[in-house]
Amino acid sequence: MSSIVDARGLSCPQPVLMTVKEIKKIQRGEIVVLVDTDTSKENVSRAAASHGWSLKSVEPDGTGYRIHISKG
Amino acid sequence: MTKLVQIFATRWGIIAVGAVIGILAPLLQKWGNPPNMGVCVACFERDIAGTLGLHRAAVVQYMRPEIIGFVLGSMIAAYAFKEFRARAGSAPIVRFMLGVFAMIGALVFLGCPWRAALRLAGGDGNAVFGLLGLIGGIWVGTLFLRADYNLGRSQSTHTTVGWLLPLTMLGFLVLMLMFPQVEGQDKSGILFYSVKGPGSMHAPILVSLGVGLLIGFLAQRSRFCTMGAIRDLLLFRQTHLLSGFAALIVVAFITNLILGQFHPGFAKQPVAHTMGLWNFGGMVLAGLAFALAGGCPGRQLFLAGEGDGDAAVFVLGMIVGAGIAHNFGLASSAEGVGPYGIPAVIIGLLACLFIGFTMRKRNA
Repeated sequence: MSSIVDARGLSCPQPVLMTVKEIKKIQRGEIVVLVDTDTSKENVSRAAASHGWSLKSVEPDGTGYRIHISKG
Repeated sequence: MTKLVQIFATRWGIIAVGAVIGILAPLLQKWGNPPNMGVCVACFERDIAGTLGLHRAAVVQYMRPEIIGFVLGSMIAAYAFKEFRARAGSAPIVRFMLGVFAMIGALVFLGCPWRAALRLAGGDGNAVFGLLGLIGGIWVGTLFLRADYNLGRSQSTHTTVGWLLPLTMLGFLVLMLMFPQVEGQDKSGILFYSVKGPGSMHAPILVSLGVGLLIGFLAQRSRFCTMGAIRDLLLFRQTHLLSGFAALIVVAFITNLILGQFHPGFAKQPVAHTMGLWNFGGMVLAGLAFALAGGCPGRQLFLAGEGDGDAAVFVLGMIVGAGIAHNFGLASSAEGVGPYGIPAVIIGLLACLFIGFTMRKRNA
């Protein structure tokens, strides 16, 4: 069961802030982050990696992306 | 799985972009732009406000093609790589006001973060106060960001919304070509032109435009942002954007040394004043406003080129803010702060604090 972080339409740095908040909250597991720009996709992926989470997949989702990250 | 990160958005990519800007900006100065002002988004938007007659400060009136190039270059990159997305609707009036106050703060210091970097790279010690102020203002912004401040979601919208600012910039270019500068004349058709002062110092139009387009393209690809550079360090201990900003400063410094444009000191620096407290204070205001608006003034131009209608509103706020600043005596000069610059900074800070405190949502 993954947590969902919906960061669509939010300006930087919200997508990363929301993702990091969720990472700190659940510590391990799976998170699906929804973003709608390439910049947010890159920023969230970079942030996840810097917290030791791995990127399971990044899929186009409408005009944006579904980023699936996991740890443990 | 889609390709994760294209080359300009990698660490070395953004460093390369910073380096390219660090070479081109001092060159623009060599080719005619004002000293320590190869590129200054705030000053140049102020000059555009001047040429349009939004203010009548005769020494700073010129249609800066660099600004036009930043927007259009970014748009070209966004379309080429399918990243153009027309979006808008995230508290536009707030962003407009943030733009006004950001410009006021920048004009008290006499530069945006890009110019602060270039002034430093040119030996202007006063820029140290400005950079410290910028860091301070952004730091205050991060406190709000941590407390769930946000301006709300934008929405995908009609393409026209994303096209209007780029078209306006194109319109400005057309105006400039229709009413070209005439030697010795302070007006050409409907446009005002500086006959002396910084507004009269500019590289040839095609050079400025070409460099602007190139920087716009590279900055869009690399997500270059001078405010984010400091913010991400403070908020996340991330140095990705900072490495690009640092590359700009270092390479600009080296380029200035080579071109004989490095003159260290505090007194009599070009288009600068020595009132340290207000160099600091003006940039605290500007930094806070940029942090609350989600991007440095360059980034707002690049976002506008990508179709971001909210960034476009911020840009217009900055241009109107420049008109207000010069009409009300808020802008500084080489002699120091303007007659009402200090109260303006205080009012601006209060306004930004009000926006920061009140626009917090528990769940975004």
